[in-house]
Amino acid sequence: MMDIVGDLINFHLIPGIVLGSIYALGAIGLTLTFGILRFANFAHGEIMTLGAYFAWTLVQLTGWHPIAVMPIAMGLTVLVALGIDRGFYKPFRASPTIMLVIASFGMMLMVRSLVQLIWGVQIKTIMPGIQMPLVLFDWLRISPKHIIIVTSAVALMFAVHYLLTYTKIGKAMRAMSDSPELARLTGINTESVIRATWIIGAALAAAAGALLALDTHIQTMMGFKLLLPVFAATILGGIGRPYGAVVGGLVIGLAEELSSYAWIGDAPLLNPGYKAGVAFAIMVAMLIWRPSGLFRGKVY
Amino acid sequence: MMPTLELRNVVGGYGDTQILHGVTITVDPGEIVVIIGPNGAGKSTAIKAVFGLLNLSGGQVLLDGEDITNMPPEQVVRHGVCYVPQTANIFPSLSVEENLEMGAFVREDDFTPRLNEIYELFPPLKEKRRQAAGTLSGGQRQMVAMGKALMLEPRILLLDEPTAGLSPKFRGEIFSIVKTVHEAGTPILMVEQNAKQALRIADRGYVLVDGHNKYTGTGRELLDDSEVAVMFLGGAADGAKDKAGDGAA
Repeated sequence: MMDIVGDLINFHLIPGIVLGSIYALGAIGLTLTFGILRFANFAHGEIMTLGAYFAWTLVQLTGWHPIAVMPIAMGLTVLVALGIDRGFYKPFRASPTIMLVIASFGMMLMVRSLVQLIWGVQIKTIMPGIQMPLVLFDWLRISPKHIIIVTSAVALMFAVHYLLTYTKIGKAMRAMSDSPELARLTGINTESVIRATWIIGAALAAAAGALLALDTHIQTMMGFKLLLPVFAATILGGIGRPYGAVVGGLVIGLAEELSSYAWIGDAPLLNPGYKAGVAFAIMVAMLIWRPSGLFRGKVY
Repeated sequence: MMPTLELRNVVGGYGDTQILHGVTITVDPGEIVVIIGPNGAGKSTAIKAVFGLLNLSGGQVLLDGEDITNMPPEQVVRHGVCYVPQTANIFPSLSVEENLEMGAFVREDDFTPRLNEIYELFPPLKEKRRQAAGTLSGGQRQMVAMGKALMLEPRILLLDEPTAGLSPKFRGEIFSIVKTVHEAGTPILMVEQNAKQALRIADRGYVLVDGHNKYTGTGRELLDDSEVAVMFLGGAADGAKDKAGDGAA
């Protein structure tokens, strides 16, 4: 009996939570930029890739643990994101949304190519070697890196919660997400709110990339592969709703991992190759039946 | 005495559409001034002109004598002018208190005393200060919207149809709130559809028609003017009705 439950928990539930926390970090940033700057940022995935590569480089340079260099990688990614905003998005601030969406699509291709140019296209690992999982109660196996990933993600989420609830700029971000026009009429400095949004969004995206790198490996397409589940998590949670993004991320991560469990008979319910399809199916279903998401976000 | 706010022969509109063809409005210190007129007369547009929300091609907007013509809204706020739009005038997902805090965004000093004053002015808001503003009733939302604007202790408050879409009961409530705010020392320029009620609390009124000044007078004068009454107040003048009442008695 414990074997069956153990199998479900060790190989599906725990990986689902780990993946879900990574998706959630990505989705918080995406939902904030979506809500405040009013456009779907397709380059968000590449920001995650960039965070992972920065972390990898820093590990190579310093020999420190990836978690120790993560804050620096986040800082570097934030600088790049602010530069991108200044150079490529700011000129479109007053333009129709579609222009920003297309600009971000172009940005996605440029950043990815740049990453390939600088770091090459080979797969890299951030922590070589195999880690032995901790065994509890004889059947529960938890890998230390999974504990690190989930703990870091939860810590970052609490930091964002604190920021959005208790700081002036965080409240202004929520206000601007509610109504950019009224924010402007109220005298809220919208440019500094936008800057704060990029800082938080890019920092979390970089963390998501670095944590995924810690869990698996690094490749130049990792951000693009993350983009679909992260968009699905954003829509599931409701656009502009950071808490929705956390729930959405966890639901998508769990759904993807649990879909390949042998619920009926001995074979996986769904071939693991179709994991990405699960996120896509959830996104399509939400857009059809409840486009405002679980947390009543915006509908465009 | 220098007027708090003065629109001098203001000409402007949106894009190529000219709406204001030379509108002149003055608000003296301590006054409530009401703009009335038919739909499309440019009432709301006149208020937006003060707040830098449309491009003026002619005329001037003066705040305590200082030229603020075509100044962008985020700057006008910093000069102490607060504007409450007709709709979408609160942040619905923010709590009542957070809405008020956002109203004080441009303040660098400690605004807690002001926050307490606003709660004294609108006691229901204190009770619901942790509640999301979007869940409040229409009247209470207007209190949030006005309270938010008052957080800056503005030199003048601009209200765009504060009673639009409210039931008669709430309408009366809003007018008494406007009076309270005014008595607390803030000059007010207000656009209103419910012209009669508005003129009763107004020091002066302006009737705009097709982007021009049509009539100007004290609230009482406009209420008693039979022409204004028939054309814009939907019936006989207050005075005329009183006389008719006397006759019947």
